Amino acid sequence: MAHIDYDERIPNNVDLAHDRRLKKALEKWQPAYLDWWKGVGPQVFKGNDIYLRTAISTEAGGWANFGYVKMPDYRWGIFLADREEDRTIPAGDHAGQPVWQEVPGEYRNVLKRIIVVQADTEPASVEQQRWLAATAPSLYDARNLFQVNVEEGRHLWAMVYLLHAYFGRDGRAEADELLARRAGDDDKPRILDAFNQPCQDWLTFHCFTCFTDRDGKYQLGALAESAFDPLSRTCRFMLTEEAHHLFVGESGLERIMRRAAQLEREAPNGDPRELGGIDLQTIQKYVNYWFTYSIDLFGSEVSTNAADYFASGLKGRWREAKDHDEHSALHQQKTIEYVEDGRVVGREVPLRNAMNEILREDYASDCDRVVKRWNKALEEEGSDFRMVLPSTKFHRRQGIYADHHFNPAGELISADEWESKRDSWLPTESDRQYVHSLMKPVYEPGKFANYIAAPRRGIHGQPVEFEYVRTDG
Amino acid sequence: MGHDFAYPPVDFETHPDRYKHWKLSVDGPVATLVMAVAEDGGMWPGRYELKLNSYDLGVDIELADAVQRLRFEHPEVRVVQITGGLDAKIFCAGANIRMLSMAPHAFKVNFCKFTNETRTSIEDATDHSGQHYVAALNGTASGGGYELALACEKIWLIDDGNAAVSLPEVPLLGVLPGTGGLTRITDKRRIRRDMADVFCTKAEGFRARDALKHDFIDAAWPRSQWEEGTARAAVDLAAEITDTLPLKKDGPGVALPALERDDTDDGWSYRFVDVVLDHDNGDRVATVTIKGPPSDGADADPVRGADTWCLRAFRELDDALLRLRVNHLGVGLILLRAEGDRDAILAHEAAMLRGADDDWFWREVQLFVARTLRRVDNTSKTFFAIIDEGSAFVGTLLELALAADRQYMFLDDDGENSVLLSEANEGVFPMASGISRLEARFPGDRDAIEAVVEVEGEIDAETCEELGLVTLSLDDIDWEDEVRIAIEERVSLSPDALTGMEQNLRFGGGETCETKIYGRLSAWQNWIFQRPNAVGDRGALSMFGHPERPIFDFNRT
Ligand SMILES: [Fe+2]
Ligand SMILES: [Fe+2]
Repeated sequence: MAHIDYDERIPNNVDLAHDRRLKKALEKWQPAYLDWWKGVGPQVFKGNDIYLRTAISTEAGGWANFGYVKMPDYRWGIFLADREEDRTIPAGDHAGQPVWQEVPGEYRNVLKRIIVVQADTEPASVEQQRWLAATAPSLYDARNLFQVNVEEGRHLWAMVYLLHAYFGRDGRAEADELLARRAGDDDKPRILDAFNQPCQDWLTFHCFTCFTDRDGKYQLGALAESAFDPLSRTCRFMLTEEAHHLFVGESGLERIMRRAAQLEREAPNGDPRELGGIDLQTIQKYVNYWFTYSIDLFGSEVSTNAADYFASGLKGRWREAKDHDEHSALHQQKTIEYVEDGRVVGREVPLRNAMNEILREDYASDCDRVVKRWNKALEEEGSDFRMVLPSTKFHRRQGIYADHHFNPAGELISADEWESKRDSWLPTESDRQYVHSLMKPVYEPGKFANYIAAPRRGIHGQPVEFEYVRTDG
Repeated sequence: MGHDFAYPPVDFETHPDRYKHWKLSVDGPVATLVMAVAEDGGMWPGRYELKLNSYDLGVDIELADAVQRLRFEHPEVRVVQITGGLDAKIFCAGANIRMLSMAPHAFKVNFCKFTNETRTSIEDATDHSGQHYVAALNGTASGGGYELALACEKIWLIDDGNAAVSLPEVPLLGVLPGTGGLTRITDKRRIRRDMADVFCTKAEGFRARDALKHDFIDAAWPRSQWEEGTARAAVDLAAEITDTLPLKKDGPGVALPALERDDTDDGWSYRFVDVVLDHDNGDRVATVTIKGPPSDGADADPVRGADTWCLRAFRELDDALLRLRVNHLGVGLILLRAEGDRDAILAHEAAMLRGADDDWFWREVQLFVARTLRRVDNTSKTFFAIIDEGSAFVGTLLELALAADRQYMFLDDDGENSVLLSEANEGVFPMASGISRLEARFPGDRDAIEAVVEVEGEIDAETCEELGLVTLSLDDIDWEDEVRIAIEERVSLSPDALTGMEQNLRFGGGETCETKIYGRLSAWQNWIFQRPNAVGDRGALSMFGHPERPIFDFNRT
């Protein structure tokens, strides 16, 4: 068995060096993780120096240490937000009681399942994006991609820590499975559908990072309100990193939009495509697609699982402790719009059963704020185009709207209308081919592909033309 | 109806000197058990009267005691006649209906289970101990009265134009003859199916002529010849049995002394068995620890007597199980532990099994251990065997672990924690289904069983898991947490669903009359006991003895 100097190799605040159970589990898992990373992690600039941040402690500033590192040498750490004294269960039937420091046997299986489903998304996105750097629009963007990748890797570590520390043998087996599944693999696919499609262009990457990672943010937020304190603390720390991923996605899309607006002005007949850019209509279609794809991940509008998770305290609402006064959510109703006889009708359902929908609404308002910021940028660039966030009923493949057709404004439409208009709402094959055709690497420091504007600022005070990836090794 | 009244704790120990309802007399090879139930001697004084030789749990505890004592204390007895002691023309009217209709559901179920176990012990004595039971019905045997007769090898009925045998539960009470009646008329007495159907819906039953014609009884005598006829038949039968006994069975018997039980803050303890209720888990978990024989006598053969370890320890275990079942309904999970000197346990067991070949006493001990293990199988609580460091799950005690629903084994570094098979695990303590617990554990998998049996010597935790002898083997890193979580998880599940699940999973393999009684008849009875047509305000059981008629919901489910 390889000897590992744990605290040096694996920065942590869980006293890893003195935890026999964890050490035993990691002895096997850590080498398997590295094999996984080398096999299906980033395949471009594998051994190059990348300017990355590494979390080495939870103290102020400790979680963001910048410097060059070769990715396989990245120090994936295990961090939980600091323990709050006297924390009580935020929601559900046990609200107000002390939080659990151990897994109650009653909830072992369901908690394990929740953790595994969340954990599975972390390595999945790394796998989906493994070839993306081959077409990076700049070294700055490549670096951002890698930053997101290593942190998704760390999120996997964080979840695996929970499995190893609290779920015994089953937990170890699940941790092994997390490295065995592969995004897009026919035999061993990742658990959620959205995490099985390859990510082959940078418009998709930024959409994924903006919208799908944001789903992760809200899932983590609900788990941060968990009665199981180690899970809550783990998720709270992950949320600090997730903010950067969302920044990468939102600002990436904004830069593509700004560039589109600039090219719109420059092109003879106002079509950025003529000058090798991506037009705003196409970007809107991608936004439509990825927003709706991501809201499917929240689950059914009305769900007994969601009610059970809330009742037993395994999950809370977004900012449960801060934004809500009443934490039982019993004896309250929520209106859900159903489609009945060709009409949309509101029906009351018990609030607890509507927890997925409530989280989806919080997510959608967050996305709304993002769209507002983009429109401000478009205004600054002098464009008349305004991005619109589609309705949460539009283009759904899960839930009560999946069998019906809605336009982006959320109006019920016929199948015929849907067929005739879908190409103006969602990316077509030719849109995708066009976007793909633009994917050519730009590896010169400070240079950017033509379809994306340079960022205003570099990373961590460095200039935009900084060599974020050392291409010579 | 008082469905929820808290009944007082039940004591399962008694002695013929203290019987209220039975008289036991022994005359050479023939013993007689006279049932004369004291009307005012019910378990819950003032709540019901035990009229017409109807019985409650207290009556059956005495019967079970008598059956047990006859085997140990009167080996010379070949025939046990059960007969009625009332002047009225009644042998036994079955279970007391007032008691049944006021008893909480769990009590009803436990009552039925215990009475069924008493009746299977009667058959066990007949089949394996050369003590044949004869029902000498000197008056009408209805319901549970006739079911008691059905448990006997022979049924004799007085032919006085009045006495009858009957199963009136369906037509009169809207419940089943649930003490083996429905099973035994088909599977034991092999009565024609349509005739059985007629009999079970005819409240007054059959008198001697029809009963004889359709095999509901074996013989009948008119009143004038009853005493003499039955006496001679009993003596003849005794002689016949003596001729065919596989081993010599004569006195003196071995008297069974009372168990010494000390109540503690957390439970109770006997000489070899402790019961500790786990207050942390809301008293839903109890740990039952069984200890091996004193190790100083390890090399010597165990003493042939009532205090010998195996008999004493399993009597204590039996009593503990009964008390847990009836007096501690809230306990859903029993953790089984075994401690002691392994060599001493194996030496004791070897002496017992060797002795069982030619000494009736050791044979009885073996049969008793088997019955107690079957009591575990039939207990509607979860069992986990906790095979911890220093455990002594070897041979007979390993059988206890195999009776459990799961086995958790501590995996130590040096492989000291181990289990050991012996011939005790190869069928000498059969389940009610007639097969060994290893066979029931690996349903239809001969290879798995052989792989286990072939192992010579101690089997460490890792190997146990490989062989499928334990559910999980866990090292010191995982042990405490996994076991804690398994316990917490178990006691969070629906107790009803668990009972049903366990009773299905425990009995892999074929059926016997006995398994059908517990698995089919009792299950249906317990369902009916919950149904409004029996126990609703106007259900048949509730209405019995009232002036109004029951009102049924005629929808079939
Ligand atoms: Fe993540
Ligand atoms: Fe992320």
